[in-house]
Amino acid sequence: MSSATLAPGHDPYHLGGRRDGQGESAATGSGTGGPSPKRIVVAYGFWIFIFSDIVMFAAFFAAYAVLVGGIADGPKPHELFDLTNVAIETGLLLAWSFTCGVATLALAARRMALFQVMMAVTFLLGAGFPALELMEFADLIARDAGPSRSAFLSSLFTLVGCHGLNVGIGLLWLLTMMTKVLTKGFRDDVLRGTACFALFWHALDIVWVGVFSLVYLLGVIA
Amino acid sequence: MSVDQPAELSKRHRADVAPGEAYPEEDIAQGIRGYLIGLGLAVLLTVCSFAVVRMKVIWAPAIPVAVIVFAIAQMGVHLVFFLHITTGPDNTNNVMALAFGVLFVVLLIGGSVRIMADMNHNMMHSPTAAHSHP
Repeated sequence: MSSATLAPGHDPYHLGGRRDGQGESAATGSGTGGPSPKRIVVAYGFWIFIFSDIVMFAAFFAAYAVLVGGIADGPKPHELFDLTNVAIETGLLLAWSFTCGVATLALAARRMALFQVMMAVTFLLGAGFPALELMEFADLIARDAGPSRSAFLSSLFTLVGCHGLNVGIGLLWLLTMMTKVLTKGFRDDVLRGTACFALFWHALDIVWVGVFSLVYLLGVIA
Repeated sequence: MSVDQPAELSKRHRADVAPGEAYPEEDIAQGIRGYLIGLGLAVLLTVCSFAVVRMKVIWAPAIPVAVIVFAIAQMGVHLVFFLHITTGPDNTNNVMALAFGVLFVVLLIGGSVRIMADMNHNMMHSPTAAHSHP
């Protein structure tokens, strides 16, 4: 084998991250960089949680996709869905993605006032979202299209309601992080917690992209 | 990126950190520009999705495909610009977890739809016809 002739530190598969395969990367977590900082490790652990959340939503999506035809002589999707409402909700969501991102940047730059203002704006935009969803649900129930009407409506209320519940939990977490940054300052554990909150909040956007596309937009086509 | 200063360039190169990775000393305006690009792309894809459904300008059977393609593209935009998934070494583990998550989601949704469609197909046959489809 020729491997005996290779210099120590030779890296044929570029595991060290350098294109020439020589020398190991100084990046943390690989090569000679030493262990990753806690910020990276905590974010990775939270990614695992986010994927468990997404797998749960995938199960609800699968249930919806299977049951969407089970209308039990009740109302069909395109008779119920109001795309204007969905468009407003999506607009709120895209706006809060941006304000939450700016809040993350303000935190990294240690700018307390900008952080608190942006988080407050994110909260207001976020609070509008479950409110609109509750109004839509109340309207559906008033039109005799509640969750007990058909399998399609059961799965719709479960999927959309679960997303709204996640947004509600995220709103509580948002207030917690605002208070923590205000009272404890820019401490490392508070910064990591806020980074995890930002991941959670942006992951909800991805789920909503699936909801408005696969449920509402594809629903009104039929 | 303000990488024209040699000191900044060499520091970034040595640290081998991907773009989009948070820096305590990062210029806030530069970060906001990244989020604005992401917001612009996400709004564009959302508007395209709604427009395709509302305006009925494209061939009807292609509309669901277009909506799904726009949705996947928008998920990618969110992952890159808002969740900061990058190709950097700091992110390798996150990308592996993402790949596993995508595999799981595809198997779960695709498998459920496929199996239930097959079952519905078989249930629609009358008992006599069922003999020809063992």
